[in-house]
Amino acid sequence: MAKNQPRIIVVGGGLAGLAASVRIAEAGLPVDLFSMVPVKRSHSVCAQGGINACNEVARQQGYSEWLHMDETLYGGDFLNHQPPVYEMTHWAPKIIDLMDRMGVPFNRTSEGQRDLRMFGGSLFKRTHFAGATTGQQLLYALDEQTRRYETQGKINKYEFWEFLWPVIDPDTERCVGIVAQDMRSMQVRSFRADAVVMATGGCGVVFGKSTMSVICTGGAASRCYQAGAWLGNPEFVQVHPTAIPGEDKCRLMSESARGEGGRVWVPAVKKDGKWHPHPDAGKHPNQIPQSERWYILEEKYPKYGNLVPRDIATREIFFICQQGFGVGGGRMVYLDVSHLPEQTKHKLDGILEIYEKFTGDNPRQVPMKIFPAVHYSMGGLYTVYTPKPDGKGMVHGDPNNMMTNVTGLYAFGEVNYQYHGATRLGANALLNCIFDGLYCGLGVANYVRDHIKGTRAVDLPPTAFDKAQQQEENKIKRLIESDGQSNPYELHQRLGDEMTDSCTVVREESRMRQAYDVLRELKAQYKNVRLSDTGMWTNQNLSFTRALGDMLIYAEALLAASILRKESRGSHYRPDYPERDDAKFHKTTIAKYDAANDQPILEYEPVPSPLVEPRARTYGKVETGEANATDQQKQPAAAR
Amino acid sequence: MSSETNKNRTIRFKIKRQDAPDSPSYWDEFDAPCPPGANVISCLLWIAANPTTTTGRQATPVAWDCNCLEEVCGACTMVINGRARQSCSALIDELQKEDPVVTLEPMSKFPVVRDLVVDRSRIFNALTKVKAWVPVDGMHAMGPGPTETPQQQETRYALSRCMSCGCCLEACPQYLIDNEFIGAHAISQARYFNAHATGASLAGNRLDALEGPGGITDCGNAQNCVKVCPKEIPLTESIADIGRQTTVHAIEKFFTGK
Ligand SMILES: Cc1cc2nc3c(=O)[nH]c(=O)nc-3n(C[C@H](O)[C@H](O)[C@H](O)COP(=O)(O)OP(=O)(O)OC[C@H]3O[C@@H](n4cnc5c(N)ncnc54)[C@H](O)[C@@H]3O)c2cc1C
Ligand code: SF4
Ligand code: SF4
Ligand code: FES
Repeated sequence: MAKNQPRIIVVGGGLAGLAASVRIAEAGLPVDLFSMVPVKRSHSVCAQGGINACNEVARQQGYSEWLHMDETLYGGDFLNHQPPVYEMTHWAPKIIDLMDRMGVPFNRTSEGQRDLRMFGGSLFKRTHFAGATTGQQLLYALDEQTRRYETQGKINKYEFWEFLWPVIDPDTERCVGIVAQDMRSMQVRSFRADAVVMATGGCGVVFGKSTMSVICTGGAASRCYQAGAWLGNPEFVQVHPTAIPGEDKCRLMSESARGEGGRVWVPAVKKDGKWHPHPDAGKHPNQIPQSERWYILEEKYPKYGNLVPRDIATREIFFICQQGFGVGGGRMVYLDVSHLPEQTKHKLDGILEIYEKFTGDNPRQVPMKIFPAVHYSMGGLYTVYTPKPDGKGMVHGDPNNMMTNVTGLYAFGEVNYQYHGATRLGANALLNCIFDGLYCGLGVANYVRDHIKGTRAVDLPPTAFDKAQQQEENKIKRLIESDGQSNPYELHQRLGDEMTDSCTVVREESRMRQAYDVLRELKAQYKNVRLSDTGMWTNQNLSFTRALGDMLIYAEALLAASILRKESRGSHYRPDYPERDDAKFHKTTIAKYDAANDQPILEYEPVPSPLVEPRARTYGKVETGEANATDQQKQPAAAR
Repeated sequence: MSSETNKNRTIRFKIKRQDAPDSPSYWDEFDAPCPPGANVISCLLWIAANPTTTTGRQATPVAWDCNCLEEVCGACTMVINGRARQSCSALIDELQKEDPVVTLEPMSKFPVVRDLVVDRSRIFNALTKVKAWVPVDGMHAMGPGPTETPQQQETRYALSRCMSCGCCLEACPQYLIDNEFIGAHAISQARYFNAHATGASLAGNRLDALEGPGGITDCGNAQNCVKVCPKEIPLTESIADIGRQTTVHAIEKFFTGK
């Protein structure tokens, strides 16, 4: 290979990172792919329910790519930029076809066509699926293609390597590489590249327990933020309505359970046209007669029923438990698939097995007990794009598409703040990951080929690389040598508890301000953190503790943005400002890191609406036999 | 055990440790509180935060691999009470039925990196050997893939869920840390891709790879693999099926001279 052939670094081997790698490699540029875990074990394997795309069956019932876009914007409470959503939904059918060609075992109809299921926020069947392990199947298909390109020398994998810092050339202010650490030998090294794609996923671990995997700390995004990349809408975090709270993690029960006909209910009795908490709410669910089951979502949202978007279902479940309607009076409601035909349950095997394995109950016979849990980050690294003049999509192959404010540094997948606005619709994330990789990957290749002014990364002097590497080595040295008293795991637990209680389903200003103070205190204690392992071989303690510092910084931006957004929109619910306020807040939050004072600076940027005018987001809610609540208790928000 | 004692119980963990690939191994014991519903990983997390052994020694935290915590990523495999399985789905309540002490060891068929972390790159290399992919023309939109019947999909789906966890290899008497045997998971993946209309175009290459040394003839048909696979992948069916395919392939090669 020619010595100064440009190279591209992709950080992250989930769906977004793998799709980007194969696309860029196919465009003829060599890729260095970094991941903390073997890419086949990335968090994307957890995705269960499916991936959305307009299809011929739905089309003949009136659905279209345009409607898919409209649903996505309505679901996102119009905080999403419209041209990228337009482009993504119009590419969706092609993406399904491509994944199909790669051999993804999508479920089939009797005629051999791809089967479809219902999903939240839509009245049409437009979700493609492979059992209840769709993310796993999609990721494996891209993992296989990556392996194939690897044998051809087009992709070079660095697994068990942790990204530490983006290297930015001080003269041109463009990203020219990264610093990373081998998680086994603990060697720290810089790598040169003419473009860097961040595809490092979400930040659920900031909330302690979530439905995300253990490496989803947001650490990588936070490092880019500290290096000068901006965050977009960091306050928007999705709390999924249906998870099983656990000791170490909240395990998701996918929306597909409801898509296939699962129903949410609580034990209750109806007197004088009003529902009252069930006198014996701890009774075995199978002994509770139909007349004593309150199907809360179906009653309040006759149009969408159990398939309202997640933020709405989450709030309903959360409040109903606060009003004393929870199972046994506690913080759980029933998610029931026991009435479904065997054939339908079979399509849900993947998740029903998880429920059975971790709770010991068989959900095929007994309703599942579930509660909301932190699930997805709509916010992330701020990115730009080049729209078509009429707003209908982006300019294909444009090097701007999904570039951060730092030239040459891109953000794809969940770490990218685009597409979902204030709430993500189910089965749109897998789509956005693959779309970013395959569609925007071309822009990265074009950028590197045709748009770099000045010296290529390989030919730059070593100064900037050495400096960034030195900075990271110093950080490690400080952590190793610190003889303070704070235990990083305890600090993390407090961070998680505080964030979950103050900044999930319900966000009250006074509570968030309290959390903000705690956060400052945790940051101070972090300076005295003590490692229990100071060796330099496979030191997981070091990696976790370093990420904790980055989580604290990310959490501060998230909290600050939540406090300052004085309105309610999508997943961001402020009891003190219960209405959406388009005049003040139909805007993207941009968080810039003020390194000198170690705090976020927040700015707002209007969101243009070239295609669809924002409208009220009600999902046809009706007021029905409202609850007669017992006294409202203060309870921590979301499972933790 | 009454539910009251259950809530405050402490469980003893006996953990086989090793500081580096060529260091000697040793055992540490820890007592960890185990609330109801705890699994091995939640206890390992507690131990990481409080790494004091039962003899009062300040130990380094135990190293182990994990990611998804819901038995889909395959990262967290270890030998628990003598059997290879995922530590995220190994519930303490279930383990208590086997033994009051929970014994954790790294898998023995792979080189130890540290403590419970092993180097499983051989699992992924095997996938390269059998060309475990569909050779698509490229990443462009070129219409849908081949249709298949729901029955074909069911068969392939069952095979596609292999998460490269290594349990089948740990259990296999023919798979040794220092031999060439490719392993049941890779044989099964060859079947998976041979069963796909486009994937089948590489069937010959896959069968060639499985005919040679370290290939399917090394399987002694002990059937241990299928019993331990957490994803219930029909491994012995795959082995039988690939066995038939290699026989036919060998005969074809003999007669066509290709
Ligand atoms: C339980 C669950 C179910 C879901 N189900 C669905 C669904 O049905 N449909 C849907 O559309 N969406 C679903 N989602 C959302 C979707 O799965 C995720 O948004 C998506 O998989 C994110 O993919 P990604 O490629 O952006 O990142 P990930 O898959 O999270 O991958 C991140 C990658 O970055 C690497 N990385 C991270 N930090 C570093 C670092 N510092 N250095 C080096 N590498 C690093 C990791 O190793 C990994 O390879 C679900 C999410 C969850 C939690
Ligand atoms: S059948 Fe036996 S010898 Fe063959 S792969 Fe399985 S365990 Fe190993
Ligand atoms: S076949 Fe089963 S046991 Fe073997 S690696 Fe795959 S999932 Fe694990
Ligand atoms: S952590 Fe993924 S399988 Fe256990």
